[in-house]
Amino acid sequence: MKMRFVELAVGVFVLLGVAALFYLAVQVSNITEYRDGDTYEVTAYFSNVGGLRVRAPVNISGVRVGRVSDIHYDPEAFEAKVTLAIRSEHDYLPADTQASIHTAGLLGEQFVALEPGGDYDTLQDGDQILFTQSAVVLENLIGRFMTNMADD
Amino acid sequence: MIDAIAWVGRYSLNALTVLGRASMFLLRIFAALDAVVRRFGLTVWQVYSVGVRSLLIVVVSGLFVGMVLGYQGYITLVDFGAAEALGGVVALSLVRELGPVVTALLFAGRAGSALTAEIGLMKTTEQLSAMEMMAVNPYRRVFAPRFVAGFLSMPLLAAMFSAVGVMGGYIVGVGLLGVDSGAYFSQMQSVTDWNEDVLSGVIKSIVFGFVVTWIAVFQGMDATPTSEGISRATTQTVVVSSLAVLGLDFILTGLMFGG
Repeated sequence: MKMRFVELAVGVFVLLGVAALFYLAVQVSNITEYRDGDTYEVTAYFSNVGGLRVRAPVNISGVRVGRVSDIHYDPEAFEAKVTLAIRSEHDYLPADTQASIHTAGLLGEQFVALEPGGDYDTLQDGDQILFTQSAVVLENLIGRFMTNMADD
Repeated sequence: MIDAIAWVGRYSLNALTVLGRASMFLLRIFAALDAVVRRFGLTVWQVYSVGVRSLLIVVVSGLFVGMVLGYQGYITLVDFGAAEALGGVVALSLVRELGPVVTALLFAGRAGSALTAEIGLMKTTEQLSAMEMMAVNPYRRVFAPRFVAGFLSMPLLAAMFSAVGVMGGYIVGVGLLGVDSGAYFSQMQSVTDWNEDVLSGVIKSIVFGFVVTWIAVFQGMDATPTSEGISRATTQTVVVSSLAVLGLDFILTGLMFGG
């Protein structure tokens, strides 16, 4: 067999392999969302984060503007401290923006929804979101519903 | 009774010796790796015989595995009214597990056994000794190019398997069962992560490529130089590397996705 043919075949093989990886990157995985570019971080305290996880989306009016970059329990505040990485182009968020944890669909994954306030000052890197609303815990909701039922 | 204990001891010692020989063999290959760069043509030729000629079986299996995943995933998901999640199911199972593992098993059967038989025959017909007589180092001339070729081909083959599998799932899910085409891909993209899922799969396939090629080349080198020895070594290659791939997959999955 000619060396030329072998070289061509190997060339095609390698190109196909790279193309497959590229396909997996672009079409299958969410690599495009990685081009978050510069972000700034704000923190928010929640009494309950429910099933929120790191890398969950941060949305405003359903449009993704950032990601949850860190979640841990703050032993001094006795609340969960959630760090949000928001893309730098969204630097117009008022300082009194409200953060709440929502669920996509009935059993879907949880995300942070931001509700812009009316302040003229804007959120800067390292700021804290003061107005938060925790995740809805289904058991609590059912419990409350049951006690209301009992009262009636 | 004493015989049985001695048998256990002999067996363990044998296993340990083989492991030691295999490690020494690997070290010698590492020492000969510069030959791969210097005589790149040899490696290209091996990529052809190991990688290119495994292409057909890998692509066809990928397509069918993807199509079956599309069917089975759909049947399970449609009961929950979540048929739209099919894309995610297909992509995650392929990229994380099936792509690297099934490709490695096919690779062991298709390329690994061929490598063992070829090297075993070289040994039996004393071609390796002849090379040494002519001051040609068989590690540089024979083993290192084959090792590198297998090691390079596996990730590429696994990537193709996964990519083709995703298309197979698309053909069945969207084409035959009527899942929405946009939902198929958007669901897939929202659950599949480049770092966590795709790159973990690539790392897995690199590890599998390393192990399968190592076992294959070593078994060939270590074969008893008879026709029976070659046949036993070829079987050993397929059995041992398949078991190694499955065992390693369990460990790697635990390390990557367990924490």
